[in-house]
Amino acid sequence: MSNKYTHRSGIVKIIFLAVGVLFVLRLSMLQLFDKEYKEKAKNQSLRNITQYPARGLMYDRNGKLLVYNEAVYDLMVIPRMVKDLDTAFFCRSVGITREDFLSRMEKAYIYSPYSASIFMKQISKEDFGRWENVLYKFKGFYISKRTLRIYDRPIAAHVLGYVGEVNERDLEENPYYKRGDYIGKSGLEASYEEELRGVKGKKIMQVDVHNREIGPYMHGQLDTMATEGMNLYTTIDADLQEYAEKVMANKRGCIVAIEPSTGEVLTLLSAPCYDPNLLVGRIRGENFKRLNNDISKPLFNRALQAQYPPGSIFKVAQAMIALHLGVITPGTGFVCDKVIGCHNHPSARSVQEAIKMSCNPYFYYTYRRVIQQGKFKNIYKDSQYGLTVWHDYMNRFGFGYRLPIDLPNVKKGNIPDTAFYNKWYGRERWAFTTIYSNSIGQGEVEVVPLQMANLACIVANRGYFYTPHLVRYYGPDSTRNPEFYQKHDTGIEREYFEIAARGMYDVVHGAGGTAHKADIPDIDVCGKTGTAENYGNDHSVFIAFAPKEKPQIAVAVYVENAQGGGGTWAAPIASLIIEKYIRGEVKRKDMEKYYTEINPCQKLPLTRRVKKPKRR
Amino acid sequence: MNNNRLPVTEKKRYDWVPILLYLGIVLFGWLNIYAACYDENHAQVFDFSRQHGKQLLWMGVAFIVAVCVLLIHPRVFSNGSYIIYGIVLVLLVATLFIGTVTNGGQSWIDFGAFKFQPSEFAKFATALAVAKYISAIDIDLTLPRTRITLALLVLVPAGLILLQHDTGSALVFLAFLLPFFREGLSHYILLVGVLAIVLFVAALLINKYLLMGILLVICLLYLFVWLSKRTSKTYWRTAAFFVVCCLFTLSVDFTFEKVLETHQRNRIYVLLGKVEDPRGVGYNVDQAKIAIGSGGLVGKGFLNGTITKADFVPEQETDFIFCTVGEEWGFLGSLVLIAAYVWLLVYLVTMAERQRSVFSRFYGYSVASILFFHFAVNIGMVLGLVPVIGIPLPYFSYGGSSLIAFTLLLFIFIRQDADKNALI
Repeated sequence: MSNKYTHRSGIVKIIFLAVGVLFVLRLSMLQLFDKEYKEKAKNQSLRNITQYPARGLMYDRNGKLLVYNEAVYDLMVIPRMVKDLDTAFFCRSVGITREDFLSRMEKAYIYSPYSASIFMKQISKEDFGRWENVLYKFKGFYISKRTLRIYDRPIAAHVLGYVGEVNERDLEENPYYKRGDYIGKSGLEASYEEELRGVKGKKIMQVDVHNREIGPYMHGQLDTMATEGMNLYTTIDADLQEYAEKVMANKRGCIVAIEPSTGEVLTLLSAPCYDPNLLVGRIRGENFKRLNNDISKPLFNRALQAQYPPGSIFKVAQAMIALHLGVITPGTGFVCDKVIGCHNHPSARSVQEAIKMSCNPYFYYTYRRVIQQGKFKNIYKDSQYGLTVWHDYMNRFGFGYRLPIDLPNVKKGNIPDTAFYNKWYGRERWAFTTIYSNSIGQGEVEVVPLQMANLACIVANRGYFYTPHLVRYYGPDSTRNPEFYQKHDTGIEREYFEIAARGMYDVVHGAGGTAHKADIPDIDVCGKTGTAENYGNDHSVFIAFAPKEKPQIAVAVYVENAQGGGGTWAAPIASLIIEKYIRGEVKRKDMEKYYTEINPCQKLPLTRRVKKPKRR
Repeated sequence: MNNNRLPVTEKKRYDWVPILLYLGIVLFGWLNIYAACYDENHAQVFDFSRQHGKQLLWMGVAFIVAVCVLLIHPRVFSNGSYIIYGIVLVLLVATLFIGTVTNGGQSWIDFGAFKFQPSEFAKFATALAVAKYISAIDIDLTLPRTRITLALLVLVPAGLILLQHDTGSALVFLAFLLPFFREGLSHYILLVGVLAIVLFVAALLINKYLLMGILLVICLLYLFVWLSKRTSKTYWRTAAFFVVCCLFTLSVDFTFEKVLETHQRNRIYVLLGKVEDPRGVGYNVDQAKIAIGSGGLVGKGFLNGTITKADFVPEQETDFIFCTVGEEWGFLGSLVLIAAYVWLLVYLVTMAERQRSVFSRFYGYSVASILFFHFAVNIGMVLGLVPVIGIPLPYFSYGGSSLIAFTLLLFIFIRQDADKNALI
């Protein structure tokens, strides 16, 4: 049966055919000519999964674990996949409020309804364990694993340092790092970053839309294994470190203890200390802000970064240089004429007595002889020559340059040289009388506490030191840094150091010594007090080593703003540290209790007391 | 039944071409559903908790329905047209009250164990009713009353489906324009439709005043270059055309902002490339293109589609099933499938033309047009040529209601065709 519109069947057929042809053309474009979609398919269904190696662990000198890793879990969500969720049950299980849930969901939704984003970061194993068995009920949620640093004992935060996400600069400087990677930011974590981090591996996996792995691509032929990070075997004595941190509670300052015969750092702390676990995981950001804003600057590592005037402890080095240069002899005496302010004591008749009594005028005259040796008629030229020689010897004591310890951000202190004064005063505009404050460790001289402890090591060793270091060896091959086994000799005769050691012994034991509080029964402690002048209360300084013969430990203690000088605060604290290390325990419990609990800053109000300069 | 009283002049002769094409498409469809929801832990073919298992069940039901239709006398459908239409309308209204909401549309009636979508059945019911009405001997298609009745027969179910927020299924009723066209509907209606779409898209893409300027230039060219003779009538007509076009252009913004819903706007924006949001609103289409594009010439092979296997494309076993074909069977597989559809469609038109009754011819055209609309919109959407409209690919997508309804739709026509000579 046909009518006048029969021809229209042709038009309809043409429409059908045209659409079919259009589809075939479009298909050929997508499937045959356009490579973009193949590339995209590869990118999204194959994932280069970085195999993160476990970060190396850290042990103390006795094999006790200091740092290890723990698994934490990120709760991921794909908003579109969330279905039939019992919100109240979910919130109760995960432990968040409904408002919190809604805002997190919204955030994830804004990022993308279809791809995964982090719903909750770094959930601890315990928390996750509580609702792991009901996770399957929460469609659209799944778990992704990471590791975090855990510190077994809350000690040595400044030594160990912390780990954080890489920033823009790290990414630019080192192509190894990708966004979201972790890097050591301070302490050993930073200086041994390359050893600790290991080598990332790569795994190509086929993944589904939930980022769940379906299986390896090409049976894993293209995969590379991750190499685990190396373990660090540090020189820290965890028990001593813990004890020292306990003693330094309520105080500001720092302690550095070194084994003189090797340069191995036993304890290094900066008070106030903080628990390194504070800078891990979800709580890190908030805690970092809090610590960073704290007026007592707990993040600042005073032991390496605080440049203090050394005070009287500097006199030991002065005496050694003067003896070596021959400008004085062991028996040289100077009258304590108060040419420069001093306390009341009999005049020193020898170097040993001068060290014991810490006589300021004695070292004024000694330093004058070092600086103005009479080699030139012109006193300015003579001073220039003297200062250059002195500066050179001071460098041999480890002063005035960055000690290459294996920690980052070490300050170098300051030992002024001719260039320094020429710039400051002008060429030939200065002589001994301009710079005499250096003689007693004041003026332009600045050292960091690490250098003070190193000075104690030099005397303990009678003339040489090994670069202080914190890692004995690392990795499976027990790799050692040869630099740390290089002896640095001051070039000064051993006999002069014997005099210094005897002087320092007298400081603790002799009549008129300044640090009788450092005396430990049956242990020959040798020490030297210092009182660094400062705006506000003086800093209390003490360096010591013990025993006198075959010393096992050298220590420097710095207590900020502690009224009463080195003998009052730093010396007894140092003696506690020494006793703890040599005996393993402290028998003087009363003393331990007193110095642990007391806050020297609070004894006198921390007012800005303007001091008259002692220069004339 | 009163079969015996009918004069049988010729033996029933089933046309096997559409039946075989139907079977081929259904089986190929099942393979792809199996691949789309493939999971090594549930690889069993007869796992009725999985979609491929359920689809097997539906296929069984559909085949039984097909055989039954082929055995029933065709007059049952032609005589029962209005009754079927009435039942479907009642179901559609009922859906508005007792329907369950799925994917934002309230178009399902829940019968406990299984769900049923009346809108799928509205298509063949409407085709039957309109064919019945238009085939009446005293019909006068020139009367406005007749035309309005015809329009209402189509628009009432479409409107009810629209009320269920199932815009896609409602749009399917546009397919009736083709059978009407065959029966004498002015071709201007189709042209106006095409023009409206072109203007709509153009108004969204370019500045409206620029568009009106272009329209003006076209009209002037038509008047002074194309036409050799100009009368006042041609002037007025061209001017009226221009004004209507301009008004339409100006109304596009309103329609777009106020009438369409947000997700519909987004889908159009994505299609036009105005929004690039592969993680958000553009995700489905982007993933579909990636899946298909990665298939290449011969595809990745059955069950080897990485995108398919990893569930990157949502709704893959239903509306986006064509992705699986593109990815696993490649350009060649897709070509075969498209060819099968086009063959079926063209063949149905040929079949319709050989009918002796207006009823069968109109019904045949309706079948071809409804299938065509689904085919064009579904694959067009997957290929990124048409905005995302959620309607299934006939015989191919997962879903019991749609498979059974489309089977009914087709086999009723095959049954009519078999008896075409007997029915005179």
